Amino acid sequence: MSELRKISRREFMKRTGQAGGGLVFALTFASACQPNEVAVGPAAKASASVAPNVYVNIRNDGIVEIYCHRSEMGQGIRTSLPQVIADELEADWDKVEVIQAIGHEKYGDQNTDGSTSIRNHFDLLRNAGATGRDMMIAAAAQMWAVPVDECVAREHAVHHEASGKSAGYGDLVETATGMPQPESAEFKAREDYRYIGKAMDTIDGRAFTTGGAKYGTDTVLPNMLYASIERCPAFGGTATSVEDVAARAVAGVVDVIRMPEPTSPPLFNIQGGIAVLASNSWSAAEGRKALKIEWDRGVNGEHESQAYKKDLIASASAPGTTVLTRGDADEQTHSQHEAVYYTPYLAQAPMEPPAATAIVNEDGSCEVWAATQDPQTARSTVAETLGIEKEQVTMNVTLLGGGFGRKSKPDFVAEAAWLARETGRPVMVAWSREDDIRHGYFHSVSAQYFRAGIDKDGATQTWLQRSSFPSIASTFAPDVPGPAGFELGLGLLDAPWNVPNMRIETCDAKAHLRIGWLRSVCNVFHAFGACGFVDELAHAKGQDPKEHLLEMIGPARKIDPANDSAEYGNYGHELGKHPVDTGRLSAVALKVADMAEWGRDLPEGHGLGIAVHRSFLAYVGAVAEVSVDESGKLIVHDLWIAIDAGTVVNPDRVHSQLEGAGIFGMSLALHGELTTKDGAVVEGNFDSYPMTRMSETPAEIHTHIMESDAPPGGVGEPGVPPIAPAIVNAYFAVSGKRVRELPLRNAGLT
Amino acid sequence: MAIDFELNGESVSLDVDPAMPLLWAIRDIAGLTGTKYGCGKALCGTCTVHLNGQPVRSCVLPASAAAGAKITTIEGLSEDGNHPVQVAWRELNVAQCGYCQSGQIMSAVGLLERNPNPTDADIDEAMNGNICRCGTYTRIRKAIHRAAGDKS
Repeated sequence: MSELRKISRREFMKRTGQAGGGLVFALTFASACQPNEVAVGPAAKASASVAPNVYVNIRNDGIVEIYCHRSEMGQGIRTSLPQVIADELEADWDKVEVIQAIGHEKYGDQNTDGSTSIRNHFDLLRNAGATGRDMMIAAAAQMWAVPVDECVAREHAVHHEASGKSAGYGDLVETATGMPQPESAEFKAREDYRYIGKAMDTIDGRAFTTGGAKYGTDTVLPNMLYASIERCPAFGGTATSVEDVAARAVAGVVDVIRMPEPTSPPLFNIQGGIAVLASNSWSAAEGRKALKIEWDRGVNGEHESQAYKKDLIASASAPGTTVLTRGDADEQTHSQHEAVYYTPYLAQAPMEPPAATAIVNEDGSCEVWAATQDPQTARSTVAETLGIEKEQVTMNVTLLGGGFGRKSKPDFVAEAAWLARETGRPVMVAWSREDDIRHGYFHSVSAQYFRAGIDKDGATQTWLQRSSFPSIASTFAPDVPGPAGFELGLGLLDAPWNVPNMRIETCDAKAHLRIGWLRSVCNVFHAFGACGFVDELAHAKGQDPKEHLLEMIGPARKIDPANDSAEYGNYGHELGKHPVDTGRLSAVALKVADMAEWGRDLPEGHGLGIAVHRSFLAYVGAVAEVSVDESGKLIVHDLWIAIDAGTVVNPDRVHSQLEGAGIFGMSLALHGELTTKDGAVVEGNFDSYPMTRMSETPAEIHTHIMESDAPPGGVGEPGVPPIAPAIVNAYFAVSGKRVRELPLRNAGLT
Repeated sequence: MAIDFELNGESVSLDVDPAMPLLWAIRDIAGLTGTKYGCGKALCGTCTVHLNGQPVRSCVLPASAAAGAKITTIEGLSEDGNHPVQVAWRELNVAQCGYCQSGQIMSAVGLLERNPNPTDADIDEAMNGNICRCGTYTRIRKAIHRAAGDKS
């Protein structure tokens, strides 16, 4: 592969007289207009380079190119991924250039979700750097005819102490060319890290603050068209008549095209609709407004979220399918406590709605620029949509203006590619905010039933939990009756409670919208229900909620749900490497309580609430301090969040993810709800689907990272689940009112 | 019909429908993509630019309103990208995904020009129209205070 890359690079430079742009792969018409693998870093000239692996390319001008194969959506991966590679490579940060990789299987897994970029790739990235370092050492040893083990790599150079010789990485490129690529290498000791664990500045900081950052909506190609697509209000419906004369008469409108009909199951396929294509975004939107369409709303056309809520709660209140059994959860106890929790549909609503631009070349090949979390799936989806081989699709990855799971689903990319072929011109498909909120892949509505049995000494002896929600699996398979196995691994089967008798059941729920995943996925409602219910038990027993929470978690131990006949996936990892460790869960609870000075005298009318949750192999505790003002509005004064994510790469980006999780958690706790009528999502923009704003933002979001040398866990998602229950528990502390449904605005609190 | 105005210090003449929102005239016609779409209804502030020094939501402002005016976008905020607000944003690593930050910065600059030493309450009021889904608000507050300090 390195040979191919070098040839391509030379070919590129020969043709364009440029270097450093990262145009490594075959040139097409479109890529000649705009670099496909966009570089950020020092500009320099090079005439040759050597690539120890697909992630690293060392140029003879001394610049190290690092290919970021994960999508950047705000988590800071374009900074932290190169930190890991550069550290093991012994590269100088100032001589690193970061290039966004295209979607290609040679990079391995590029699906940027599940908080996996560091937790699943830490060793791979270290290896990419370490093998590059060893290649430089081997080249130096060969050049100087000295033993390899007498050479050391340090600060972008190899040194031979005995002779006093040193050679910079750039000077070793020629010798290294043609040498074998090492497959593995020893990793540095933790105490020798230079970049891992350091709060490096965001590499895109300048682009972000000067308007230079390029997102999915920012691709500009000659002769391109802008598409706006009117879709059936209810998912799965079709147009029965289309009157487009007025639309075509709008100045700037070039064409009106009927999209392919939706499929069942929906997968990532185009969902039908009528596309208006124009010479600019506004004309496309105006043309779309002028369409007159009659819809057959199809099988989901009667979906009403209010009626569905009743059905869902009824489903969760009746026996379901047992998925975990410990002892006898039906054992009679001194007293029993039960409750039903409910959370609504949500949309991810990234600030940049889905957007992609495509061009289909004369030879049938396609080049795409997309804000995608999953470039390889986007690529294969485009190939299937066009009926071409995926090798004919070049998938360039732009920055993502937020993702939160929405941009893992490349339906919008397929739309752009299909329209590009239909029109024979480059086409950008950029969804409006209303499109995004009404036609996405929605976070499941859910109902959970809880019953706990308490003995006369106040100890919880039994725990019954039933979870009901339409499954993500319904997006990919027909007739899915209810929750799927992988979803039970998201905060349900790894319940940390030290209760001798436990049963967990799932209950049926059919899907009527496209169901997808949103930041933290099912952990959001599982943590909301469980941490709210545990708080209820504390008050029922007359105990301090923090002390009770610690008691419910119990002594430090490692839980294996298999001992309770549960099939638990542990986010794809062995329990040996990533145990369900209640000691770590208690530790974040204690830490965050400490940070919030739990037990202190609070201002009049203020209350604290606490919640903890393990998700994506990380442990997070949260405390909220709230009050209710004279108008009855809930104020979140402060949030404290502590995470144990094992080894962390860039603490500043971990802190920022927790700060963001606090705000994201507040949005879903206070405001977030989508409802449906006649199969259609009623809400459409930030007036009806509000977000947390600056005026609601706590005075401070205090965050803490637990010191740990455990393997890295997730960071992007784990901060979210404990926020809503911490707020709801704090509200109970000040009001004595228990809220079991989100959002709090329905309780008149916003 | 051509609309003449000053865009980031340069005279431009854009041949657009006068009803076209300024956002699309700037992005699709003038080709400056630093200003972003977020909602199309002046609900989120992502599209904020300055009209004669005042922050405005370009997604609802007709291009005709720019006639004869001075429009400043994020690209024209400073020659070298080192306006104190831009510097403070980088020093505190405010941005996560970065998409809303052009609008946040333009709103923040507008605030500081009216009120060189804003309190937290002033900031909350002035910045309340700018949504950040990544949740960078606490850093935005700090960065505005920092930029205010740099200016004084």
